[in-house]
Amino acid sequence: MLDNLILGNLCFTDKSYIKRLMGTKYIEKIGGSTLSATESIGRIVLFFISGVVSIFVRPFQFDKVLDHTWFIGAKSLFVIVLTGLFTGMVLGLQGYYTLVTFGSEAALGSAVSLTIIRELGPVLCAIMITARAGSAMAAEIGVMRISEQIDALKTMQIDPIRFLFSPRIVAALISFPLLTAIFDVVGIFGGYLTGSLMMGINKSVYMDKVISSVQTVDIAGGFFKSFVFAIVVTTICCYRGYYTHLTTEKGYGAKGVSMATTNSVVQSCIFILIVDYIITYFLV
Amino acid sequence: MTSPLIQLVDVKKSFGAHQVLTGVNLSIHKGEILAVIGKSGTGKSVLLKHIIGLIHQDSGEILIQGKPLHKMSEKKSFLFREELSYMFQENALFDSMNVFENIGLPLAERSQYTKFIIEEKVKTRMEQLGLGPIGEKFPAQLSGGMRKRVALARALVTDPKVVLFDEPTTGLDPVRKKKVHSMIEEYQKQFGFTAVIVSHDIPEIFDVAQHIAMLDEGKIIFEGSKDDILDAHNDTVNAFIRGDEIGNSSYTDKYQPEDKYE
Repeated sequence: MLDNLILGNLCFTDKSYIKRLMGTKYIEKIGGSTLSATESIGRIVLFFISGVVSIFVRPFQFDKVLDHTWFIGAKSLFVIVLTGLFTGMVLGLQGYYTLVTFGSEAALGSAVSLTIIRELGPVLCAIMITARAGSAMAAEIGVMRISEQIDALKTMQIDPIRFLFSPRIVAALISFPLLTAIFDVVGIFGGYLTGSLMMGINKSVYMDKVISSVQTVDIAGGFFKSFVFAIVVTTICCYRGYYTHLTTEKGYGAKGVSMATTNSVVQSCIFILIVDYIITYFLV
Repeated sequence: MTSPLIQLVDVKKSFGAHQVLTGVNLSIHKGEILAVIGKSGTGKSVLLKHIIGLIHQDSGEILIQGKPLHKMSEKKSFLFREELSYMFQENALFDSMNVFENIGLPLAERSQYTKFIIEEKVKTRMEQLGLGPIGEKFPAQLSGGMRKRVALARALVTDPKVVLFDEPTTGLDPVRKKKVHSMIEEYQKQFGFTAVIVSHDIPEIFDVAQHIAMLDEGKIIFEGSKDDILDAHNDTVNAFIRGDEIGNSSYTDKYQPEDKYE
């Protein structure tokens, strides 16, 4: 509207002036966005460092770590088992129909196990935990922000980052690898269900291929990824919730929390995939 | 007169283009109850948040027993703030914790009390505030009045030396309001803390506070006792107490009780 007004007033006089003005505006916009992005990166790095350092500040928060491990880990178990089972079953089916055309269906055990342990296990597991627990973290901390509960912590001289973020990151570092391990085992079992029980591949051949093809380095790589994903997901989700009041342009209150929650899930998923590529690049 | 416990000197604060505090000068003396009154949106809560450290001033100084707070070492500033307590306007209770955990949190987190001592202290405060057997309930399960009392119990559980109350009676019925006021008065006498109360309860708050300050357009425009404020020769103060806009002739001016009988 402002542009229209400016255009309306100046159309008879100086069109090059308008062009210059609009050019300046775009530069201002780009500059503003760059500054804002730099600030956000700085803030998230400080948030992460502060949270990690606070893990080692006494008294240790064992009770809270247990609570969050229960929430992030134990309560995600059903979703992870279900996702792992069907991922393995689909891989078994797809793998069988692809391999059978080359007459190498016996390699199904290797294909399923390596795909799951190296890639799909850590990635899908992290995405499912983000959807279930990460969104809840962002929403809970976001509500605490808008209802002044975080301010209340500060008035009690309680460090909110230590109180809210540190136990969650420890809990995530415990839960992510364990859930990934469960996902891997259930996924391989899913491949066995479709490959061996439905399609008739010899059971011993399937299991033998799983055992012979999976190396320690594959398992270690998968666990390394899950540790990194735990840090990425917890940091993004807690950060988004904690700074709900800063990251919302058109919404505060309930809308602000919903935007923070959505952003946390979307950004976590994107970063999981980017980080997965980077780690895989260095591991292979 | 003794030197003030807390002193705000020319404190200014803006949020974007909006200047909320335009130079606040205010003294808070040890052991007194100070009421800060003023229209909504004049920066009373912002003022309290400066004292507790939730907001930092753009310019001016906050002095603690004559020493600038921002020049204090981190440890000294932490020790000072540990002696402060804040009761939020909307209570700010932790909705995922029950009443008992809410009240006990400041003790459990910042002190090295044993579980037994924390339990005893929380129970005592709950009894003193008439909270009864609601320890296991969550804030969402309580009435507005109960939530206020839980917030008050949490603010007092650490035996603070200074308590900042941000509209402690908002949303309460007149009976509960009176009770909260008398509780603050009673506990202040009992424990000797310094209290700063932001309030709109005119004239009830005058009976509770020994010292009253009025904030208007970001500045303290009046300071004094109950008698001083009732005799104040300041149109803004008088209009506020009467509940009028400045410039309007008030209802009490127009309607004199004697008129009725003439």
